[in-house]
Amino acid sequence: MRARVLVVDDDPALAEMLGIVLRSEGFAPSFVADGERALPAFREARPDIVLLDLMLPGMSGIDVCRLIRAESGVPIVMLTAKSDTVDIVLGLESGADDYVVKPFKPKELVARVRARLRQGGDNTPEVLTVGPVGSQVIIDVPAHTVIREGEEVKLTPLEFDLLVALARKPRQVFTREVLLEQVWGYRHAADTRLVNVHVQRLRAKIERDPERPEIILTVRGVGYKAGVA
Amino acid sequence: MRLLTVLYDRGAAQLIRAWRRSLHFRVVSVTLVSSTLLVVTFSWLLASQITAAQVGSRLTEAQKQLEQGRSYLEPQFRDRGDAADPGLNGFLRYATALLVPADPTAYYVLLEPTNKDFLKAVKPQSPQIEDTRAAQDAVPADLRQTIEHSRKSAYQYVRADPDGRGERPFIVVGTTVNSAMGQYSLFYLYPLDEQVDSASSVRTTVFVAGLALVLLLALLSALITHLVVGPVRIAARTAQRLSAGLLDQRMEVRGEDDLAALATSFNQMAANLQRQINRLEEMSRLQRRFTSDVSHELRTPLTTVRMAADMLFANREDFDPLAARSAELLQAELDRFEDLLTDLLEISRYDAGFAVLDTEAVDLVPIVNRVVERLRPLADRANVELRTVVPDEPVIAEVDPRRIERVLRNLVGNAVEHGEARPVVVTLADGDGAAAVTVRDHGIGLNTGEDKLVFNRFWRADPSRARQTGGTGLGLSISLEDARLHGGWLEAWGAPQLGAQFRLTVPLRAGDRLLSSPLPLVPEDAEPRLGPIPPDEPSRGVRHAS
Repeated sequence: MRARVLVVDDDPALAEMLGIVLRSEGFAPSFVADGERALPAFREARPDIVLLDLMLPGMSGIDVCRLIRAESGVPIVMLTAKSDTVDIVLGLESGADDYVVKPFKPKELVARVRARLRQGGDNTPEVLTVGPVGSQVIIDVPAHTVIREGEEVKLTPLEFDLLVALARKPRQVFTREVLLEQVWGYRHAADTRLVNVHVQRLRAKIERDPERPEIILTVRGVGYKAGVA
Repeated sequence: MRLLTVLYDRGAAQLIRAWRRSLHFRVVSVTLVSSTLLVVTFSWLLASQITAAQVGSRLTEAQKQLEQGRSYLEPQFRDRGDAADPGLNGFLRYATALLVPADPTAYYVLLEPTNKDFLKAVKPQSPQIEDTRAAQDAVPADLRQTIEHSRKSAYQYVRADPDGRGERPFIVVGTTVNSAMGQYSLFYLYPLDEQVDSASSVRTTVFVAGLALVLLLALLSALITHLVVGPVRIAARTAQRLSAGLLDQRMEVRGEDDLAALATSFNQMAANLQRQINRLEEMSRLQRRFTSDVSHELRTPLTTVRMAADMLFANREDFDPLAARSAELLQAELDRFEDLLTDLLEISRYDAGFAVLDTEAVDLVPIVNRVVERLRPLADRANVELRTVVPDEPVIAEVDPRRIERVLRNLVGNAVEHGEARPVVVTLADGDGAAAVTVRDHGIGLNTGEDKLVFNRFWRADPSRARQTGGTGLGLSISLEDARLHGGWLEAWGAPQLGAQFRLTVPLRAGDRLLSSPLPLVPEDAEPRLGPIPPDEPSRGVRHAS
């Protein structure tokens, strides 16, 4: 089964080149060049992963990202020409799981796509509990569900993996680099923005008060850890 | 007691601050103090003049009365000669009673025998005062002596209470009255009640008038200062608002006086400033826009080219040798082109003034280790040993980790490239609110003056030297900007044949000012040969020679 990749990019040459690279790596790409047609194309193609350019005619990549995220947890990798923190953080906050800055090497892109597709293969029958009594979160690993106060919380696969990584070893402090390696599959990378934004997004979904987190705690200067009773 | 001192100190400090800060306060207080001094001096002079004149006329009157009394008594005494006369005291009482004025409290008369032998027989007489003793006490001893010796009239001011109506100022005038049997002293005691009263009423009047004058002057000076200072304060406030970025702030122009001129020129200045700043902002905005556009417009096609080149490079074995070599060259040069583009865009971002510092509290130890580990393959190829000296404790600093890592990558990369196959040492330390990293190489070093030149764009130590890593020539310039953006320092030291050392210092808390660096810029192993020769060196040399 070849993984389906939806490429949202308005530059025909780049789109074609991406197609060549993806096909040669064994993916099944489909293309859309317009921001406004991106969502219908997404619904039709049902891709396993989306490659999304941030600068698009019609509708900005940020908005497209939000719309897709609103109805699906499918992995989204942003392609951006802007490496400024503002742009990257904005993209990540709108729901992207990862990003690559142009110009990127084909190998790098393929590695990111593979890493994003690999996740969720964990089927250990395991139920984890994190957080202090009263605001505990229960994680059913094989079922991919998270329950807070009796209600299921919708997490993207990446957010789920991040939570599970922290919850499996409560009290242990994870540096951002370790999380990047375990959750994103990076080696020797130090993009703390990626971790910070996703932790914020996760907190917004599972914490009672994201301003005063109880489940994912920040350890100043080091990283994050899961809070326990 | 201590509380009082503290309160006093605080009050004094507040006064000093008010003095230094407020022109208003200064003018009013100077006016107050100087006018008070003036008024006090003036009223004191006035009051003492008036009192002196009044007392003087009283004295003249007293002397006249005394003279009259003496010239009345003397002929009377000529007939009554004998001390043994039993009627003498009666006669004296009668004679002195005649000297009493119509208003019995206008002054008091006292007659006493001067001669001491006389005392037993003759009683002193004070017709108005029952207790003669009290009247006698009012006369000072030195006045008595003066009269006795000079035999002339004399006077003295005293405070006395002869009539039991309270102690108050008197003029005592006295003279001698001769008689056949001996000498008498005649004293008139003139109370100065009236004079004192009028003097004090003069003083009160002058004081009240002076106080009113001082207050009026203070008020007046406050008013005048307010009229002048008001517009100045408005100008200061407007200038503050201008500098805070509210460029359309202007002053109100009223009338045609000096202050109106101030307001007019101020407004002109503000208008010019606004025009200039708007122009600069527009330019900066355009440049920013341009940088951003160039970035996007260049990066997208470059990505396509990059991917195409990689595909060609991956399949180069299927090509003929010429095409395969071309694919290799294309691949290698694209790397250089990409690095150069990245650096150019970064530096133009600094030039446009829109580089943002994105700080978070991170441990610098893993960053240093990571940079060194990543450059180890390059160092191994150049046969350079890479050493790190880092503290055991984490060094947590509020920095932009991407920028710090980029700076360190640059410094260590440069050190490896110029390291001449000798060890490169990377040291991290913290202290005094700062963290520092030094990168020391033992290569060919830097010539005098080159420690500043190295940060220039596209500067190369030796243009003819073969390039190994093919840096863009912008690395240190960008690193310097990165350090400055942190409020930090990036400095270089180098000496020919002794190698070079670069030092990055950043504050541990973002926004703090750096005062010192925890690591020296000049490495310890290089210092003795550079500085003046230590004192024990030549003596050792002499011992060798002898």
